[in-house]
Amino acid sequence: MATQKSTVHKLRRVYVWEQPVRIYHWLNALVIIVLIATGFYIADPLVIQSGKEPSQRFVMGWVRLIHFIASYIFFFNFLFRIYWGFVGNKYANWKQFIPTSRKFFKEMWHVFKMDILMLRGKEHMSVGHNAMAGFIYFFTFIAFLVQCLTGFGLYASMSSSWFPKLFTWVPYMFGGDIFLRQVHHWTMWFFILFAVIHVYLVFYHDYVEGRGEMSSMGGGWKFIEEDVFTQNKELPNAPKS
Amino acid sequence: MNNKTVQQTPTYLEEFKRKGYSRKDFLKFCTLMAAYLGLENSAIGQVVQAMTVKPRLPVIWLHFQECTCCSESFIRSSHPIVADVLLDQISLDYSETLMAASGFQAEEAMKNTMTKYKGEYILCVEGSVPTAADGVYCMIGGKTSMQILEEAAEGAKAVIAWGSCASNGCVQAAKPNPTSATPIHKLLKGKPLIKVPGCPPIGEVMAGVIVHVVTFGRLPELDGLGRPKAFYSKRVHDTCYRRPYYDAGLYVESFDDDNAKKGYCLYKVGCKGPSTYNACGVTKWNNGVSFPIQSGHGCFGCSEENYWDNGRIYERASAFPGFGIEATADQVGKVALGVTAVALGAHAVMTNVRKKKLIKNLEKEGRDSEHELKD
Ligand code: SF4
Ligand code: SF4
Repeated sequence: MATQKSTVHKLRRVYVWEQPVRIYHWLNALVIIVLIATGFYIADPLVIQSGKEPSQRFVMGWVRLIHFIASYIFFFNFLFRIYWGFVGNKYANWKQFIPTSRKFFKEMWHVFKMDILMLRGKEHMSVGHNAMAGFIYFFTFIAFLVQCLTGFGLYASMSSSWFPKLFTWVPYMFGGDIFLRQVHHWTMWFFILFAVIHVYLVFYHDYVEGRGEMSSMGGGWKFIEEDVFTQNKELPNAPKS
Repeated sequence: MNNKTVQQTPTYLEEFKRKGYSRKDFLKFCTLMAAYLGLENSAIGQVVQAMTVKPRLPVIWLHFQECTCCSESFIRSSHPIVADVLLDQISLDYSETLMAASGFQAEEAMKNTMTKYKGEYILCVEGSVPTAADGVYCMIGGKTSMQILEEAAEGAKAVIAWGSCASNGCVQAAKPNPTSATPIHKLLKGKPLIKVPGCPPIGEVMAGVIVHVVTFGRLPELDGLGRPKAFYSKRVHDTCYRRPYYDAGLYVESFDDDNAKKGYCLYKVGCKGPSTYNACGVTKWNNGVSFPIQSGHGCFGCSEENYWDNGRIYERASAFPGFGIEATADQVGKVALGVTAVALGAHAVMTNVRKKKLIKNLEKEGRDSEHELKD
């Protein structure tokens, strides 16, 4: 049976996500899950029945403690990621997230046409984040910031340590804790929606591109077709674009 | 400033004596006030000293859009001297509710104080100022409250905004705020202003603020929202005696359940104590008899800005702006999640349709490679 031979793609291995980025990613994922779970409990505690005397119980106390510890990890992990946006490789750089060039917008528009409108055309094969994803991550960073500010702002008045005290001004900006708490709660939903879409899109890219999208956050590498690689290769003496 | 007039004004001690209080009562009062203010023991002497030698503070007390609950609270504060002397003597210069004079006579009294004690008197404001329709919603003696406020504030040394109405608008400013009720700090710029929120504020807190001004001749230390730190730096939740139940995770689920009888925490029936800054848990109400939580009802956050519109009284859930009062953040979130799931499902289907060739090719390439490999 004579079958038509498929086009064979030669793939080139690219180290995209450095180890610190991977650690940041998974730590962040873990901590966000913990924060959401404990946050839901704090907002609307289930009554957990047990035969224990009230004085022996500390359920809300523990849940809040976990929430606060996780929030510290979240904050400093976030801070670290910002730092890494300046010292890490090009796929971790802050320019991946903030549109600074026409090229960025053009790529975003292209991704929109290909992956959302599903128009036919030349598929976009990005190595790190595509421009659209990068820009959406920019919003997640804003959400991170909002969550840190509102969270530590709420925490400020009940803590005596210096760090939360740095956020004392936040409730004043929002006119008080009642509204602040609500903003904190609404923003959490952004994280949930983001996570769902994020996981879906990882599957999607892995499926339609077949370049190891899903495993890249494990080993750090993605694969890129040889011809795309040559096209985008920086020539030894070419001026940096 | 007319020194002679001031010297003729009796001191607090003189007023107390004239009212028939003994020195012992006087000292008790000073100690109590020092305690409420959170002063050290050594500062009690300062309070006593100030009340002995300082002439009574000239005060003008204005009432705009309000229910007079602040005045009510003040005259019910635990020590009789507060009502009898502080209020009676201090504010009698002008207070619509409590002064004996009325009509032109009252207006005269206010004018007199304003000229005689220019730059010296304290202006207390109870109630918010309506600014809609040129302020016609609240007029006294032919003047709008805004005019009265501006005139009175001019020569005032400092302004005290009593209660939630004057501090943040309270119920009159709740949506849709038909009269455009406006809190005082948004109308007066450049005057030292103390906010004493609460609906009403606790009488002892009000007395404490006045005693502080008299004793130290300056405003008490304020927080970023302009509230005296001595009374508003802790949440009701931080001083609530039901707090151990909160930490234990034991909550009243409805007002008639067993947990309510056991006195568990009222968090799930809407207690706003965790977001409310006030002294209720410590000072309590009605001569320290009780406070709402002790009587089995959650705090509803009366001293917080916009507490009428920030969610419902008997629920923790928060209203979501733009989705009507019935939608809580979680309901909106769940719907958004559902919509997202449907959209992603549609996207997945479309991917398989529109990118069929691409996926087929990948699959084929992979299969071919598999076939070419030996077992
Ligand atoms: S009753 Fe209210 S203020 Fe008291 S512990 Fe419970 S939530 Fe806090
Ligand atoms: S318990 Fe809350 S609602 Fe009640 S008076 Fe105190 S602050 Fe206001």
